[in-house]
Amino acid sequence: MSAQLAQYLLSGITIGAIYALVALGFSIIFNASHVINFAQGEFVMIGGMTTVSLIGTGLPLPLAIVAAVAVAAAMGLALEKFAVEPARGAPVVTLIIITIGASIFLRGLAILVWDKKLHTLPPFSGHRPIEIAGAALLPQSLWVLGVTLAIVLALSWFFGRTLLGKAILATSHQRLAAQLVGINVRQVVFISFGLSAALGAVAGILITPITLTAWDVGIMLGLKGFAAAVLGGLGSGPGAVLGGLVLGIAETLSAGYLSSAYKDVIAFVLMLAVLFFRPRGLLGGRVTERV
Amino acid sequence: MISWLASPRTGGMLALIAAIALLPLALSNNYFYEVAILVGLNAILCVGLNLLIGYAGQISLGHAGFFGLGGYGSAILSARYGWPPLAALAAATAAVGLIAFVIGRPILRLRGHYLAMATLGMGVIVSIVVSTEDGFTGGPDGMSVPPLTLAGMVLQGERVWYWVVGALLVAAVWLAQNLIESPTGRALRALSGSEVGAEVLGIDSSRHKLLVFVISAVYAAIAGGLTAHYSGFITPGKASFFHSIELVTMVVFGGMASTFGAVIGAAILTTLPQVLTVFKEYEMVAFGAVMMGTMIFVPKGLVPSLAMMARRRPVRPRGSNR
Amino acid sequence: MSLLRVQGLGKEFGGVRAVENLSFSVAQGIVHSIIGPNGAGKTTLLNLLTGIYVPTAGGIYLGERELTGRPPYEYAAAGVARTFQNLQVFFNMSAIENVMVGRYRHERCGLAAALLRFPAQARAESACRDAAAELLEFVGLGGYLGAHADAMPYGALKRLEVARALATEPQLLLLDEPAAGLNPTETREFETLIGRIAARGITVVLVEHNMRLVMGISDHVLVLDYGCKLAEGTAGEMRADPRVVEAYLGATVH
Repeated sequence: MSAQLAQYLLSGITIGAIYALVALGFSIIFNASHVINFAQGEFVMIGGMTTVSLIGTGLPLPLAIVAAVAVAAAMGLALEKFAVEPARGAPVVTLIIITIGASIFLRGLAILVWDKKLHTLPPFSGHRPIEIAGAALLPQSLWVLGVTLAIVLALSWFFGRTLLGKAILATSHQRLAAQLVGINVRQVVFISFGLSAALGAVAGILITPITLTAWDVGIMLGLKGFAAAVLGGLGSGPGAVLGGLVLGIAETLSAGYLSSAYKDVIAFVLMLAVLFFRPRGLLGGRVTERV
Repeated sequence: MISWLASPRTGGMLALIAAIALLPLALSNNYFYEVAILVGLNAILCVGLNLLIGYAGQISLGHAGFFGLGGYGSAILSARYGWPPLAALAAATAAVGLIAFVIGRPILRLRGHYLAMATLGMGVIVSIVVSTEDGFTGGPDGMSVPPLTLAGMVLQGERVWYWVVGALLVAAVWLAQNLIESPTGRALRALSGSEVGAEVLGIDSSRHKLLVFVISAVYAAIAGGLTAHYSGFITPGKASFFHSIELVTMVVFGGMASTFGAVIGAAILTTLPQVLTVFKEYEMVAFGAVMMGTMIFVPKGLVPSLAMMARRRPVRPRGSNR
Repeated sequence: MSLLRVQGLGKEFGGVRAVENLSFSVAQGIVHSIIGPNGAGKTTLLNLLTGIYVPTAGGIYLGERELTGRPPYEYAAAGVARTFQNLQVFFNMSAIENVMVGRYRHERCGLAAALLRFPAQARAESACRDAAAELLEFVGLGGYLGAHADAMPYGALKRLEVARALATEPQLLLLDEPAAGLNPTETREFETLIGRIAARGITVVLVEHNMRLVMGISDHVLVLDYGCKLAEGTAGEMRADPRVVEAYLGATVH
């Protein structure tokens, strides 16, 4: 394998893991409530920016990370409580506008709390790149991949083996039936927002040492994570992960071999292709409508 | 005679014409005229978009893409290739209509969230292309656009443009209202009420959806071209996702399935950012809060909510279970 | 003379055979009922007969014309109309507008004429409204001429769907459980309405659970079970058929 190809693949998997985390956030919320949370990208931003601030106050990195994730989760819960729940039952268009309004609100808040400059975090374990197959792998990339893997495993345990996780899945499949067996659907939706926000924040923190962070990183990361979720199948956890990885690799490969100017376009071209030819995505379930 | 005047359609048209005719009395300087013109241009677009979202019950999160294509198309043809601006505008509009026709078929097979995502993707792709092809488009900084000329006369100046846009808005509303009240319009509303119910009555849903999609794209392209020639400038931001959302919010806020609601929505949400600059650095927070607040507290949109209060009849929300 | 002919019809949903090898015909001008236990495939059959589902096997013929696999609007063009078990009323429109939509097939309106509002349009609109009002009266909804669909009671909405279907001037009207959710008085009124529709020369196919209604009005009955034809004949024959009694009717029928 050529060194250049190896390099592209490694960068691709790294950014792909980030997209996967963001996509998971979309899928979890979509599953619980059929809402597409366009504010998801802002939680990525909040994760990174909050950590930067907390480190600035002298807090050690691990504590700062935990606190930042908690802050993001709290904001996710607040979003659900104050913006999404009051509009329960509203048509799709309305909910989309609400979450987009929330993302604008959060970005505006970011400008007030912080600023419009770029910020960075120190890599978790050093700068020296590791050589693999002639390509240079940043130690931070290993953190990205490792933490993402750990999270994916934790989530599959959570959804497969715990009562709460199964309740969330039940709600996603059949809301009314879930209510009838005593699952508090509102609580499920509430928790799913907190969980997704936390996932987004983790993604933001992991990637900041590599790509920096600022008040507006959430826009593109959110949209691309969204494209990854669609690519893998909206509502499918494994799909979100696969979609994220496929998207990341497609992006770096096309930027390297085709055109770096159009790097951002590939995500949406793939998304459109999926929607035209296989709307349920790579791993999504079939959608049937009963008349 | 009285009932003709009182009918919502004529009443609305007369109110619109009166508003356009009388507004200049309240506009004391060029800045206010400029805002009014922008309101008018957005309103033209929203009237078309409302046909798609409000009447046909579809969704588009990428209409700024059509706006941008119309604007850039007209700009490039007139600035780079020396076409007469009016011809450039016409050609760009026709091209956008054709593009909408071609991509409309596959895109409109999708429903709900999937349709929203596809239109979003389409809009974002347009905005990225427009920003990247700087040879044609001047890149992220945009490009300058020659003014419109009509029969040898250059259209320049706020007052001239005010009357041009005002007249075009009246025409746009008149055409849209005619369509809505025709059998085709009824078929569209039926599709929005129940797609399968409409289909078994002989209504070809894909053909109708495509028709409305193309019409709304044409409205957007015209608005885009006019905006470009009026401002003398166009930037990629005009085709952005954010702009698409602003447009959808105008339509939804004014009230879906209401042409006059779309005009009012455009009026309020175009002037709002101007008002919000008072908040300075709180502008974005305020705008986001307003977007959320209006959708939470006035989910039906302004005009239907007011109408509902006037009639005091329960309005069944779309999509509710019985 | 058969109006509708179904041959070897099958519909499979990923392993579930909702309808299997079904063949029957419906003679013109009669009231033909289709009965069967829940899950027998009755609604699936109606969806097939209106183009909403595409058959996985077999053919559907209306008169001389094959309609298998055609989209719903072609079935409508051929003269097939239906009502729905789960109401598909246009709640965003008034009662009379709902019926006016039913006239769509008979209104020719070009795009230019629609956009520019030619005078002929206004006259056609008026005629359409009158025709719709007449149909509302015919189905007994004369009191709802000014009503909005979302303010009407359930029983009225069921009849609204009938009026809307009749507006298409069908040869064949398919009614999907019209008596579901109606009380005995309303059901009797519906029975009378079906009689009046048949008297207009329209062939009626009725999918129903209400045995009194079926036995009272049907010229011919088809019994389905598990997507297949169990038996067919007159109402009296079905009442006496031991297979039908065992699968569906139970020991006593009123």
